[in-house]
Amino acid sequence: MSTDLLTLLTDQGWALALAKGCALTIAAALGGTALGGVMGFPMAVLRWRAVPVLSQAVAVYSGLVRGVPGLLVIYLIFFGGVQAVETLLHLGGNSAILGFVMAVIAIGLISCAYSVEVFRAALQAIPRGQVEAALAVGMSDLVAFRRIIAPLALRHALGGLNNVWQMTVKDTSLVSVVGLQELMRVAAIAAGVTRSALVFYILAAALYLAITLISQALFLRAEKALNLSFGGRS
Amino acid sequence: MTLDLELIAMALPLLATGALVTIKLAAVGVGVGLPLGLGLALLRLAPNRLLAGLGDGYAGLFRGTPMLVQLFILYYGLAEVPVIRQTPALWWFFRDALFCAGLAVVLNTTAYTSEIFRTALRAIPQGQIEAALAVGMRPWTLLTRIRLPLAFRNALPVYASEAITVVKETSLASTITVLEITGQAKRLMSQTFGILEIFALASLFYLVINLACLGAFAVLERRQARGMRP
Repeated sequence: MSTDLLTLLTDQGWALALAKGCALTIAAALGGTALGGVMGFPMAVLRWRAVPVLSQAVAVYSGLVRGVPGLLVIYLIFFGGVQAVETLLHLGGNSAILGFVMAVIAIGLISCAYSVEVFRAALQAIPRGQVEAALAVGMSDLVAFRRIIAPLALRHALGGLNNVWQMTVKDTSLVSVVGLQELMRVAAIAAGVTRSALVFYILAAALYLAITLISQALFLRAEKALNLSFGGRS
Repeated sequence: MTLDLELIAMALPLLATGALVTIKLAAVGVGVGLPLGLGLALLRLAPNRLLAGLGDGYAGLFRGTPMLVQLFILYYGLAEVPVIRQTPALWWFFRDALFCAGLAVVLNTTAYTSEIFRTALRAIPQGQIEAALAVGMRPWTLLTRIRLPLAFRNALPVYASEAITVVKETSLASTITVLEITGQAKRLMSQTFGILEIFALASLFYLVINLACLGAFAVLERRQARGMRP
């Protein structure tokens, strides 16, 4: 059994394929989380400030995406969006890049819906007094936001963002059903070619577990580091 | 964009049959996953280090890997194991995509549910437990009369959102040929050009199921809170 596994992994080159799949999974998760965070923070500010119309639009988007399965969102993006993205980015039929871009957009849209809620909760958790104090010493709205509100909110949000990240890593596996060659897809291909589904899916599970556990540890470190200047609540 | 009534008339019955499958899977997930998750939470809080460690390991494993992998291991992976193929009862179960999907949903939600109840059980004020012990309750009575009711009340609002997650997770069944809402939607999306309409309709089905679910939990919560109000 163990020599069989070794042959599969080295002689047939599946170890390399799985490693590439892992890299793509991490890249897609990073891209999706970054996209989600970059879009999610301003959206959360809109909700927090209760900007009319825009705030409701964000609420509907976030509620809808959080209410339906990620897989359904992914199907919508892939069936509905391929044409749009292709004309938008002029990828010239480079399907590998197109697939990745679509994946990041789909994952980012899902991740963003959850990030909005995390950031909104973080903004709401800022004590009123802190904002008022900033304004009282004469900071303009923008300066107060940049120096006081945003840093406080980001610090509050870190725990929630960790959850969103974990979820996003796992969500990248869903993109395999539309063909991006990330970890899950590579495992599925290997399972089909070698007729050893059990081995490859368990390997994939172990690799996902490694990704989530390692990134969890990194997040805890970041949280500690960020809390140092706040009296080290670690 | 004009509303394509013909498309909607074609899609609605298909999505409705899909919704029945979704509801069935979600009901199994909540109905079996809730008691199992509660049991796992108790196991994880057990004084026995080995048992608690095993429980933690299970929860970590299932929360740290995508459900799609878990589902594929159950459906494609286990079908390769000779023992399972040769035992009629096991093979009857594991060759059925619907059964595998149900099992995957249950195994997955059990891990998350245990996390919710573990937190709730630990949040019970120590004084309440000491009071129960002081009046001479045995561990079993303490569990059924004090710890579980209190934990249940604490956990209910959080569990409601886990139930919604279960509804959404059932969509993965579509990847192993089970035609629930998402599976039907995918088929319709690839056959027709009304991708947005299909998405909107499928979302509507999910939102109705979710709202019904939230409503049911709100009623439960109110009934649970009855004893708390003066």
